[in-house]
Amino acid sequence: MTQEDVLQNLVKKFPFLDGKIRAPRARRIFVDDITASFDEVFDYATGDLEFSILLTITGMDEGEKITIAYHVARIDGNILTIKKSTPKNDPVIKTITPKFFGADIYERELVDLLGVRVEGLPDGNRYPLPDDWPKGEFPLRKDWKKPAKSEEGKPNE
Amino acid sequence: MNKHKVVIPIGPQHPALKEPESFSVTLSGEKIMAFSARLGYNHRGIEKACEERTYLQDIYLTERICGICSHTHSTAFVQAVEEIAGIVIPQRASYIRTIIGELERIHSHLLWLGVAAHEVGFDTLLMYTWRDREIVMDILAQVTGNRVNYGCNTIGGVRRDIDPSQIKDMLKAIDALEDRTKYYIDIATKETTLIERLSGVGKLSKKDAVTLGAVGPTGRASAVDRDVRRDDPYAAYDKLKFKVVTDDHCDVYGRALVRVGELMESYKILRQALKDMPEGPLTVKAPRKIPAGEATSRYEAPRGECFHYVKSNGTDKPERVKVRAPTLANVQTVAKMLEDGQLADLPIVIAAIDPCFSCTDRITLIKRDGSRSAKRMTWDELHTYSIDWYRKKGLNFAGLNEKLKKRI
Repeated sequence: MTQEDVLQNLVKKFPFLDGKIRAPRARRIFVDDITASFDEVFDYATGDLEFSILLTITGMDEGEKITIAYHVARIDGNILTIKKSTPKNDPVIKTITPKFFGADIYERELVDLLGVRVEGLPDGNRYPLPDDWPKGEFPLRKDWKKPAKSEEGKPNE
Repeated sequence: MNKHKVVIPIGPQHPALKEPESFSVTLSGEKIMAFSARLGYNHRGIEKACEERTYLQDIYLTERICGICSHTHSTAFVQAVEEIAGIVIPQRASYIRTIIGELERIHSHLLWLGVAAHEVGFDTLLMYTWRDREIVMDILAQVTGNRVNYGCNTIGGVRRDIDPSQIKDMLKAIDALEDRTKYYIDIATKETTLIERLSGVGKLSKKDAVTLGAVGPTGRASAVDRDVRRDDPYAAYDKLKFKVVTDDHCDVYGRALVRVGELMESYKILRQALKDMPEGPLTVKAPRKIPAGEATSRYEAPRGECFHYVKSNGTDKPERVKVRAPTLANVQTVAKMLEDGQLADLPIVIAAIDPCFSCTDRITLIKRDGSRSAKRMTWDELHTYSIDWYRKKGLNFAGLNEKLKKRI
């Protein structure tokens, strides 16, 4: 299946994708924010279209909302980036761990660094922040401020 | 049976680990029943730091994500930025990126071979491989000016050229390394103690490797035929001929075979690249501000697939930089590998995915107690000093070094 086939298949199956899908270069496909129908498109791409390798999940603070980009790849080198978003005041997404077992570590990053609640994420150790990290501090949010350095934090000379 | 289970914490600081990670192992007798990992002890907030710095500063920052795969991260990052800005780098630059990348793979795989040998108590092999690794480290130092963190990439190309005398030295070094690698392949395929120790340890079936998303040699040793260099070529890899080494042992032994096999392929790639490298400029002009856009970039690091996502917003600083290093994908396979395994196999199984740690030392400043003045010691002086220090203790490596020099 070539990049062109993937594009055609996606638009044929989901006509609303027309104009929301971009292929800036060979082996790269980007689908814009499609929150409402994300699940069906994602299932179709990772199932029928064989984008079966999860590269990672990127969370982004975009002001009013938090956008989550899922990067999946086919064995032939094509990478599909597909996005959904969730309101920043109460960010919730569904886990994809039933489909991608290895996704839990990437979803835990969203929890720790952006404060996204991931429904259905299995219990486990937090990642990557320390256990004593203050509650409600999400460092990858744009409005997050670094705490001022304490006296002890200063280098000794 | 629950009362017979014992939970043992390993790390974050532990003699069997080379970097801080915390593992919790549930044992029944000597047998591992469950395994969980707590990661993040090395998290330095580099993604956030990238957002606060310019693209040019970020090259050097991403280069410092890892001490071993430094060229990996800076290349993956600049590739993404160049793609957003629509920059096509000169041919010569893409060849130089490939050459440094392969030299990096050689030093990383030789380092791994030594660590793995050490973990199974074969310290002679550790000494041999790390001595031979110095050949490639010297070449890297000669070409880029540093043993790690090469500072070779810039947006729009590379910062340093490779001159004909360096090519000559490199070819000589490749011959010597190839000679040594053949010897290691001989050991790996004939030395019974090594084969017996590594075979059947840390089993990972092809199905599990695919489900858990194993990358690089960890995946390829479980017959997962994936390599970004072939599947999603970057730099000059689309113009070079090489084989993707896979193995179906699905254990630590297979992982060792894949890595020594990859060393031989790296020599092949280097010889082609050094021969075919076209003349021409090293860089094209790149804008300071990168237009709004996004790009994904992949790079086959020594440990596997490294993934970068960069989003720009039209300023000179990126909006978001996301990095997925290969170890994060591979560490999730360790629990599966250890299932029903022996506690004594834990260090080698963890080492077999090659989790990375860094090392670098160039110039040493020596301060004597009570004295304010500092003496600057160059690399050569430090080298000579160390040899003399051992000689005074009755250990003389001069003969060995002479033998090695004749080879290079």
